Amino acid sequence: MDLKEKLVASYVAFENDVNINSDVHEIRTKALQNFEELGFPTKKLEAWKYTSLNSVLKQDYSIFPDNEAAIELADVKKYFIHDIDTYKIIFIDGKYSSFLSDTTHDEMDICLLSSALEKPKYKAVIENYFNKIAEQDNLTSLNTAFAKEGAYIYIPRNVEVEKPIQIINFTTGKEDATMLQPRNLIVAEQNAHVQIIERHQSLTSNPVLTNAVTEVYAAKDATVDIYKIQNDNNNASLVDNAYIEQKSNSIVSVHTFSFGGNITRNNLNFYQRGEHIDSILKGVTIIEGKQHIDHHTLVHHIEPNCESHQDYKGIYDERSTAVFNGKVIVEKEAQKTNAYQQNNNVLVSDKATINAKPQLEIFADDVKCSHGCTIGQLDDDALFYMQQRGIPKKEAKALLMYAFANTVLESVKIPEVKQRINKLIANKLGVNIGFDL
Amino acid sequence: MSKYTEDDLREELKTKEYEYGFYTDIESETFAKGLNEDVVRAISKKKNEPEWMTEWRLEAFRVWEKMEEPEWANVNYEKPNFQEIAYYSAPKEKPKLNSLDEVDPELLDTFKRLGISLDEQKKLANVAVDIVMDSVSVATTFKETLAEKGIIFMPISEAIQEHPELVKKYLGTVVPTTDNFYAALNSAVFSDGSFCYIPKGVRCPMELSTYFRINEGGTGQFERTLVVADKGSYVSYLEGCTAPSRDENQLHAAVVELISMDDAEIKYSTVQNWYPGNAEGKGGVYNFVTKRGICETNAKISWTQVETGSAVTWKYPSCILKGNNSVGEFYSIAVTNNFQQADTGTKMIHLGKNTKSTIISKGISAGKSQNSYRGLVHISPRAENARNFSQCDSLLMGNECGAHTFPYIETKNKSAQIEHEATTSKIGEDQLFYCNQRGIDTEKAIALIVNGFSKEVLNKLPMEFAVEAQKLLEISLEGSVG
Repeated sequence: MDLKEKLVASYVAFENDVNINSDVHEIRTKALQNFEELGFPTKKLEAWKYTSLNSVLKQDYSIFPDNEAAIELADVKKYFIHDIDTYKIIFIDGKYSSFLSDTTHDEMDICLLSSALEKPKYKAVIENYFNKIAEQDNLTSLNTAFAKEGAYIYIPRNVEVEKPIQIINFTTGKEDATMLQPRNLIVAEQNAHVQIIERHQSLTSNPVLTNAVTEVYAAKDATVDIYKIQNDNNNASLVDNAYIEQKSNSIVSVHTFSFGGNITRNNLNFYQRGEHIDSILKGVTIIEGKQHIDHHTLVHHIEPNCESHQDYKGIYDERSTAVFNGKVIVEKEAQKTNAYQQNNNVLVSDKATINAKPQLEIFADDVKCSHGCTIGQLDDDALFYMQQRGIPKKEAKALLMYAFANTVLESVKIPEVKQRINKLIANKLGVNIGFDL
Repeated sequence: MSKYTEDDLREELKTKEYEYGFYTDIESETFAKGLNEDVVRAISKKKNEPEWMTEWRLEAFRVWEKMEEPEWANVNYEKPNFQEIAYYSAPKEKPKLNSLDEVDPELLDTFKRLGISLDEQKKLANVAVDIVMDSVSVATTFKETLAEKGIIFMPISEAIQEHPELVKKYLGTVVPTTDNFYAALNSAVFSDGSFCYIPKGVRCPMELSTYFRINEGGTGQFERTLVVADKGSYVSYLEGCTAPSRDENQLHAAVVELISMDDAEIKYSTVQNWYPGNAEGKGGVYNFVTKRGICETNAKISWTQVETGSAVTWKYPSCILKGNNSVGEFYSIAVTNNFQQADTGTKMIHLGKNTKSTIISKGISAGKSQNSYRGLVHISPRAENARNFSQCDSLLMGNECGAHTFPYIETKNKSAQIEHEATTSKIGEDQLFYCNQRGIDTEKAIALIVNGFSKEVLNKLPMEFAVEAQKLLEISLEGSVG
C-alpha cells in the first residue's frame, strides 16, 4: 500500500477522533476528496519540476503516532531560544505538550488549534479564517483533510504581544517513520503586533515527513514577523506551506533560515488585499551533503500602492541541490506597485546544483518591478587579501559568506534570534569567528 | 500643436491597420488540404527528392503523428486543425532567372510595395537576396559572386539535388526530427527554405538575406533553413518576413539550424512582421518556430531578432555551446499590440569550458497584448568558468497588456558566473516632462524613449537591416517612433 492509499484509508480512523458533525469536518472531507484526485505532486508538475518527493514518499510512515512520548527539557533546551522569555506552543509527535509549553488566554489567545476547533467561543474566528486562503493544491489539501492540531494565535485590536511566541514541533520517532501534519492559524487584528519563531525538530534518526500549513491574517496596520528556523537532521523532510493575507498598511515579514533537513520545500504565498502593504520575504540557505532545498515564493499584488521585498541568499556545498522559484504577479489594478526580488547564490562545490526561476507576471503599467538573480563564487581577490593579512583561509571564507548573508540578517528584529542564527551559521561553516554581525 | 498623450498613442495603435496587407494574385499550384503519408510522399516527389530524403520526411511524420501539441507556453489561441491546411503551394511555373527582368512583374511590384527594391539592394546594399515566395525561390542574385568564394547559398530544395552529401550530413543534426511537435511537422512537410555553406576560412563578403512571404490563402508555410559555417569562416544572415492581411489564421512552423564549426562565426538576424491580426484580434499568423545553433570550439553564434508581427509567436532561438571558449548571444526586441501574444526567449546550453553567453531581451507591450520572455540558461557540470549575463526589460503601455518573464537558470558547476536581471517599467511622466521642457513634443519624446529602450538590440543589427527594422518598429508602434 503506498502512502496515498494509506492516508486515504486511515481517514476513517481519524474520524473517530474528531467531531464529525462540524463545518470544519465538511472542509476536511472535501479536502480529502481533492487530495485523492490530485495525489502527491510529481516532477511532471511545473511547480515541482526540480523537486522529487519520491524518495521520501516510499517510506512506511506512521500517520498517527499515538504514544505520548516524554522528553526532558534539558535534552531539548538547546532547540529553544531560551535566553529570553517567550510564549511557547510545543508539540511532541503532533501532540500538545503542556509541560514544555507556555500559553495564554489573557487579553489574547495563544493556544491550540484543537481547542479552537472544538470550543464554541472561537467559532466566529474559525468560521472567518480557517482554510480561507490556503490553496486547494495537493499537499495543502492533504493537510486540511487531517487538520486537527497546531498553533492557534489570535491577537485582538491594538494589542502588542510583549514577547515572541515559539512554535516547536518535536518528533521522537519511537515508531519507525513518522509523518506529521501540523496546522497553524495566526490572526492579527487591526494594529496588533506579534513575533513568531517556528521550528521543526526531529529527535530521532528515523525518517520524518512534515507537511505543515500555516495561515496568517494581518488586518489593517498589523505587524507580523515570522522567523522560520530549519535546522533539522538529515532524515527529516519538510513541506512548509504558508499562506499570508494582508490588509491595508500591514507589514508582514517572513525570514527563513534553512541549514538542515533532507528535502525542504517552502511554499510561501503572500496575498495583498489592501493598499500600502509591505511584504518582506527573506532567506538564508546554507546546505551540504545531499540536502535539497526548494524555495517557492509567490507575491500577489492585487491592489495599488503596495510593496514587496524579496531577498534570498544561498550557499551550496557538496552534492546539495537548491531551487528558487520566485513569482510576482501584479494585477492590472495594482498600479504604483514596487516589487523587488533578489536571489544570490554561491556554489562551493562542483557537484552542487542550483535551479533558479525568478518569474514576473505583470499586468499593470505604472509599476516598478525588478528581479535579480546571480550565481557565482566568493571573490578570490578578497580571500587573498585576508589571507595576506594572516586570516586563515577557512575563516576568511566564512567571513565572506557571513558578509554575503548579512543583508538578510540585518532585518532580524529579535537580537537573540540573530545571535542564534549567527551561531548556526558559524557551526555550519565549522569556524568560530568570535564576533557577531 | 495639441498635446499628444499616451492615450492618443494607444488610440492610434488600436486603429492602426496592417500597412502591408495586400494580396498578390499569382496562380499557385496547391495541394488539397490534409496531411497523411501520401501527402508527405507527394511533396517529396514533387521536389524530385532522393529516396533518403523521402524516408527522412516519413520518419518525421510518423513521430509527429504520435506527438501532442505543446501547451506550456503562456499563449491562448485556437489550435490549428492540421487536416485543414494545404501543405504545398508553389508559384505554378518555377522560373529559372538570371536577371530581375525575367521575374514576374506582379511579383516585383509586390516587393516594391514592401519597400524591398531588388535593384536598389543590388546596387547600394550589396545584399544577395534569395526570395522565397510561397515556399519556392524565384530569384537569386549575386550567385556568381558567392560561387567564386565557394559559398553555397541556394534554396534547400536545390541543395538537396546539387549538394546531397552536405545536406544529408547536417540536416536535422541540431534540431532532430523528434525535437518537438512543430519541428517534427516541419521536417515532414517542409516545402523549401535556404541552404548556406561557407567553406573553411572564408569570410562571406556580403550579408546573405532571404525574404519570406506567406501568399496563398490557407497554406501553411514550412520553411527550413540550414546554415553551415565551416572552420574559421564568417557569415551574416538576414531573414525578414511580411505577410498579407488575411482573416483566416495562418500557420508558420519554421525550423532554422545553424552549425558553427571551430573558430567560425554566424550572425543571424531576423525581422519578423507577419500579419498580427486586426484590432479585434481576428486573423493573424501563428508563428511556431524552432531555431537552434551549435557552436564548436571558439565558435560564435549571435541571434538578433526584431519581432513585431504574428498573432501568436512561439520562438526560442537557442545556442548549444558545445566547444570550449564558444560564445552565444541573443538580442531581441519583441513588440506586441492589440491582441498579439508573444512567448519568446532563448536557451543557452553551456557544455564546453569557458563558454560565454549574453541575453538582452526587450519587450514592449501595448493594447491588450501579452508579451512573455521565457529563457533557459543551463550550465552543465563540465562547463568550467561559464559566464552568462541576462537582461530582460519590459515596457508596458496601458494597463490592459501584460509582460511576463519566465527565466530558468540551472547551474551544476561552481565556477559559473551568472547574472540575471529583469525590470518592468512604463514611460515615466518625468521622462516625458524632461523632453517637453526641452522643446521636444510628446510624440517625439515617446519615440525617443522607445528608441533608447530598444537601442542595445537595434545596434546589433547589420547596417543594411537596421533601416528595415526601424521601419517595422514604426509600423507596430506608429506615432511613438520617429
